[in-house]
Amino acid sequence: MAEILVLADHTDGEVKKVTLELLTLARSVGEPAAVVVGAGADKAIPVLAEHGAEKVYVADSAELDEYLVAPKVAVLAQVVATSAPAAVLIASSAEGKEIAGRLAIRLDSGVITDAVGLAADLSATQSIFGGGVIVTAKVNSGVPVITVRPNSSPVEAVAGAGERVDVTVDLADSDKAAKVTGSVEQARDARPDLAEAAIVVSGGRGVGSADNFAIIEALADTLGAAVGASRAATDAGWYPHQFQVGQTGKTVSPQLYIANGISGAIQHRAGMQTSKTIVVVNKDAEAPIFELADYGIVGDLFTVVPQLTEEIKKRKG
Amino acid sequence: MKIVVCVKQVPDTWAEKKLNPADSTLDRASVDAVVNELDEYAIEEALQLAEANGGEVVVLSMGPDRATESIRKALSMGAARGVHVLDDALHGSCAMGTSKALAKAIEAEAPDLVVFGSESTDARMSVVPAMVAERLGYPQLTFANKVEIDGGTVKIQRITEAGYDEVEAAGPAVVSVVEKINEPRYPNFKGIMAAKKKPIDTKALADLGLAADEVGTAGASTAVVEFADAPPRAAGQIVTDDGNGGVKIAEFLSTQKFI
Ligand SMILES: Cc1cc2nc3c(=O)[nH]c(=O)nc-3n(C[C@H](O)[C@H](O)[C@H](O)COP(=O)(O)OP(=O)(O)OC[C@H]3O[C@@H](n4cnc5c(N)ncnc54)[C@H](O)[C@@H]3O)c2cc1C
Ligand SMILES: Nc1ncnc2c1ncn2[C@@H]1O[C@H](COP(=O)(O)O)[C@@H](O)[C@H]1O
Repeated sequence: MAEILVLADHTDGEVKKVTLELLTLARSVGEPAAVVVGAGADKAIPVLAEHGAEKVYVADSAELDEYLVAPKVAVLAQVVATSAPAAVLIASSAEGKEIAGRLAIRLDSGVITDAVGLAADLSATQSIFGGGVIVTAKVNSGVPVITVRPNSSPVEAVAGAGERVDVTVDLADSDKAAKVTGSVEQARDARPDLAEAAIVVSGGRGVGSADNFAIIEALADTLGAAVGASRAATDAGWYPHQFQVGQTGKTVSPQLYIANGISGAIQHRAGMQTSKTIVVVNKDAEAPIFELADYGIVGDLFTVVPQLTEEIKKRKG
Repeated sequence: MKIVVCVKQVPDTWAEKKLNPADSTLDRASVDAVVNELDEYAIEEALQLAEANGGEVVVLSMGPDRATESIRKALSMGAARGVHVLDDALHGSCAMGTSKALAKAIEAEAPDLVVFGSESTDARMSVVPAMVAERLGYPQLTFANKVEIDGGTVKIQRITEAGYDEVEAAGPAVVSVVEKINEPRYPNFKGIMAAKKKPIDTKALADLGLAADEVGTAGASTAVVEFADAPPRAAGQIVTDDGNGGVKIAEFLSTQKFI
């Protein structure tokens, strides 16, 4: 069976859930093999093997983390050249898409981004125009490079051999052109990753202040959810911009999205429209976000949301 | 310094977009067209960098005839001249084709810096800047919310999942900007009048040294196999709060097995 390469999305070996989803998807069309670039392979390999990776290609020279994007492209291009896979799957993050685009050029193939499904013939389904149209697209030359959105596939624990294959890469000068000189972490919390969370609780301008976001966080925590925000809220400085949902923020597709005090501008909808179930709290019955709601309350979030939080706590005992 | 800014004309953000049944490409004729709103930040940043460091801004757009409207808009904001890549054979280009044509046109300009928006609101791929960097062998400085030029070095703050990275490279470099970086200016009357006289070079594929089958539908490395409208969302239940709204949502969540 042909190999399907999955680029592991990880931080120091801590593998993201989306990578495990991609391994499930890879197994449905071929033999999954993971590629780990950068420090942390020892930690990553067992997790990848437990989720079906037959091989794990490892390129862990420290140099690879020092430059932007191009080194990961160089590693993938080299693994593709030696292992001749049927396809390369990458998580649809901002950087994942950039890696995919550059790789497609090196392989002289084609790239599909934001797939939500993959068929046996390696055609990919995409949900476009805010979820209104479903497209099936296919790469018709070379090794298909496909980025896949988080939450498109379940995580399945299936043992794979996890055989480590070390890869050494000579970076070209042009791969070392953009040097990362510093890294600043502004926002980290104990909640699930926004792009990957099963439940997202969001707040918008209606929340009114940074302090009031505690109401949104309290609801999120009773549900084990991630917190999101509209651009109005991030621009006002009420919530860090890493948590912005929408066109220029994160695209989320959780099982449940709860929008509080958000009007539903098209740029916001672009990032959450494919959520499976949508609940809305807004005091304006005319707010366009209600068009997407499976369940909506026309009311003041300052009374509705705390009441909801209390009720959930009560029910969960 | 010479800065090229890449601007795409796209259907109005609020317009209902459709695919053309004949060739599965975006039906651009039936909707209003505007400058990709994320590219307005790229134009603004290019102008500010040229103002601060001396130099001129050249607007580059690939698209059908009426893409000149978008080039004129950038000219009215303050860019010096335009380049319009226009050729019927470009219709249906995928990201591979678009990046190829743009890279050729950029190469011909030999700029010190190329500035992009971070995403087109129609294709929503967010790949063209990185792909152009790859094709030209230029350093990639993308998703910037801050750009600084320090002699021959370009420094950016790149937005990441957790915060930002500081990244630097020697020019010429490819930069893409996020919408937090600035507040795009409105063209004033003087700018609009001046733009009418500014030159726009039209370049066909042959002028770029490209053959028709390298781009467009003919050269596309991806193809749409089929498309269909998604099943419409079932109408939801909207209830006015009677003092029990929170409890009602909890009931809904519990019937949906979320709690
Ligand atoms: C280039 C560009 C990119 C953009 N990208 C994004 C993006 O990625 N994400 C994004 O979200 N936006 C984005 N926007 C902005 C978008 O157009 C909207 O301005 C923004 O989403 C509005 O946020 P909001 O819904 O919180 O605020 P508003 O539109 O002001 O809505 C606030 C809502 O809160 C309700 N409300 C007020 N008080 C209460 C209360 N006490 N209880 C209940 N409800 C209340 C109001 O009825 C109203 O509906 C972008 C815009 C541009 C131009
Ligand atoms: N046809 C085009 N003409 C000029 N610039 C473009 C074109 N297509 C894409 N771009 C640029 O590439 C960026 C990213 O586009 P995309 O990868 O399609 O999301 C846009 O913000 C533009 O700056």
